[in-house]
Amino acid sequence: MNYTTVKNNERIQLSAIPELEYELFWELNVLSLMSEEHNHCVNYFGFPYEEKIKLICCIANDETHTIYVSSSLVNTSTHYPSFTSHVLAFEKFEREIHENFGVQYNNHPWLKPVRYARNRANQDETIATYPFYSIASEELHEVGVGPIHAGVIEPGHFRFICNGEQILHLEIQLGYQHRGVESLFLKKDNLLQRTILAESIAGDTVVGHTTAFVNLWETLCGFEADWHLQFSRTLALELERVAVHTGDLSAMCTDIAYQLGSSVFGRLRTPIINYFQQWCGCRLAKSLIRVGKTNFVYTEELAQILLKILDAYEPDFIEMCKELFRLPSALSRFEKTGVISQDDAKKLGTVGMAARMSGINRDIRSSHPHDLYSEMQHEPIIKHHGDVYSRAQIRREEILQSIANIRKLLQNIPAYSPSTLPLSSPTANSFALSLVEGWRGEICHCAITDEQGALRCYKVKDPSFHNWLALGLAVRNNEISDFPISNKSFDFSYCGHDL
Amino acid sequence: MLSLLLILLASLFFTGIIIRTKSLASGRKGPGIFQPISDVIRLFKKGAVYSETTTFIFQIAPSIYFASVIMAILVIPFGTTKGIISFNGDFVFFAYVLALGKFLSIISALDTGSSFEGMGASREALYSMFAEPAFFILMGSFALLTGHTSFYDIFNTLHFDSYISYMLAALATFVLIMIGMIENSRMPIDDPKTHLELTMVHEVMILDNSGFDLGLILSASYLKFAMYGALIANFFIDDLSFAIAIPLFFAIQILFAIVVGVLESFMARFRMSHNPQYIFTLSSVALLIFFGVLLVLEKLT
Repeated sequence: MNYTTVKNNERIQLSAIPELEYELFWELNVLSLMSEEHNHCVNYFGFPYEEKIKLICCIANDETHTIYVSSSLVNTSTHYPSFTSHVLAFEKFEREIHENFGVQYNNHPWLKPVRYARNRANQDETIATYPFYSIASEELHEVGVGPIHAGVIEPGHFRFICNGEQILHLEIQLGYQHRGVESLFLKKDNLLQRTILAESIAGDTVVGHTTAFVNLWETLCGFEADWHLQFSRTLALELERVAVHTGDLSAMCTDIAYQLGSSVFGRLRTPIINYFQQWCGCRLAKSLIRVGKTNFVYTEELAQILLKILDAYEPDFIEMCKELFRLPSALSRFEKTGVISQDDAKKLGTVGMAARMSGINRDIRSSHPHDLYSEMQHEPIIKHHGDVYSRAQIRREEILQSIANIRKLLQNIPAYSPSTLPLSSPTANSFALSLVEGWRGEICHCAITDEQGALRCYKVKDPSFHNWLALGLAVRNNEISDFPISNKSFDFSYCGHDL
Repeated sequence: MLSLLLILLASLFFTGIIIRTKSLASGRKGPGIFQPISDVIRLFKKGAVYSETTTFIFQIAPSIYFASVIMAILVIPFGTTKGIISFNGDFVFFAYVLALGKFLSIISALDTGSSFEGMGASREALYSMFAEPAFFILMGSFALLTGHTSFYDIFNTLHFDSYISYMLAALATFVLIMIGMIENSRMPIDDPKTHLELTMVHEVMILDNSGFDLGLILSASYLKFAMYGALIANFFIDDLSFAIAIPLFFAIQILFAIVVGVLESFMARFRMSHNPQYIFTLSSVALLIFFGVLLVLEKLT
């Protein structure tokens, strides 16, 4: 076998991952993505290993619910053929490997810096000299937006090449935030600090990233989370989905200047995030999820409050959706705007909503279930047009689906029995991988430990990381004034990308 | 004189009422109706900041823009009272003095050298160009109907006595409201509240203006609204006595503001490429008025 097969949240010995010659490694992974449509790359990264760079590629198969892991050792002096020249889905991953470790590729089509990490291989490359794609034509014009966002959210630069009002090309350059999340995971050896770090990866996906971290850590330590812990994580994930999707619908209405939708959805989001405050003292659900325990035990009273909130939420939400989804002026903005065809989405290897809007059945909750999703028999919501309208519809239907899931969960609240055994330390020389379906899509955390069981490599992949390219392609041939609504309908994360 | 005073008074609360209507429609309390004026007063107390890439054009444009709106207001009559200026063909003067102000604001936006402002300027120029035929077909029809070419004479000889003429007044009100919305860059053409530069039309042109200059531009747009309101009011005032005409004037202004507020609350902005289509529709409505006039004059047989 050229690869080893693992399940979501499964620990293996690092030595169990076959180490291949690069040519074989290339062939295996490129062919695996080209030949099998249920395969997609969940993570592909490198880390320093015995004076060389060890590349680890994780390909998930949605049909067999497994993940194929293979590895290869490369050095920085040789030029390697790139995966990207055949499979576009590897584009961002290879750029990152090139930027971090200086691995050379000889036929990568777009080998530009990704996020200018402080410990990048080539310190001469700076954000001020980013090599933008440019045009010499006098007929076309360039529009640069950012890095300061008009709504002062997060920094990102968007460079448009336009023919009048029509966008011909959009290049998205991120990497203005240098928090160094991944290296901080290695530096901070206190578990609480690491958990808080995971909570801070993306402020809008606190539950998603923290669940990925705790699941991964518990896997490394061989800890079996009890039913109550799994219950509260699943519940929090679904609640986060409801809250953020509602907020996004509100923001989409704001972007098309539909005031009623903007304010009604905005109002509906508040009780949901306020509920997190009641549950754990933080509206963003920070401090809710901890490794091996919970500080905020879920009670019957909390469930009653939540049911009341949902009973008030649902009729208003459905009424507002009815209004929005039959308003001609709103539909004329939504329909056929920012389209990604199924073919493109497959090539890009998009995940989460950005895949499901184009008719791709890709949802970790059903393909690699974790926590209580294994019992839920989750049915992903799929749309087929790949436009803003599809993304709005997915949000509406996922919210209703999540509420139904929450109601089902609340019918049976498991009692909490704190584990009496202290949490053991992670096993030495291990590799573990954790996939979580956050509201935005698939989050992948990978960890590798050294001989002492200390972290040797911690890899975070937010769905935004490789999904951003979908936005760049979606706005092509659209009007430039439709960019904001396309952007909002994807709602990718800047900090999740920059780390 | 009277019309200038009344328009100034109406401009004090016009935008405030729009904002208040929108707030109430979205379930918020909203600011007081004089808040926009307080904002302008605050801005008038400040100095302006000029970017180094701009030239004197950028500095004089806001004043000329403001002056052009005041000049346009001068020709507007109030019922049987003439405007300060009144001459044959003054509605042409009205349209082009406004166009002069707009021209200056467009070149001042280009003067900043920002790619956003250039886009906004090109959009604004396009939309004003498309709105122009509607205004001239409308006023031209009334000139044909009454045989006069000044606002004062047109409004004073215009009497509604048949069903067709009521229909003409209703259509004219609709066209004027919509031209007012386009000229003021309001919904559904433009979203005055957005923070997204790429979707803006008018707002993006004034991104670089600050302090006193911004105050001038904002107060000019308040005045513009009240000015179109006054034009509409003139259709209905006729030769009523002041005791009825003045309250009626304010009632029409308030109603106009509420209509704008409601329009902006319950629909989404148009896709940019649909705007020209929509503005052209106004020209066809104006053409209906023209045919109505031909019917009244029995020139169509």
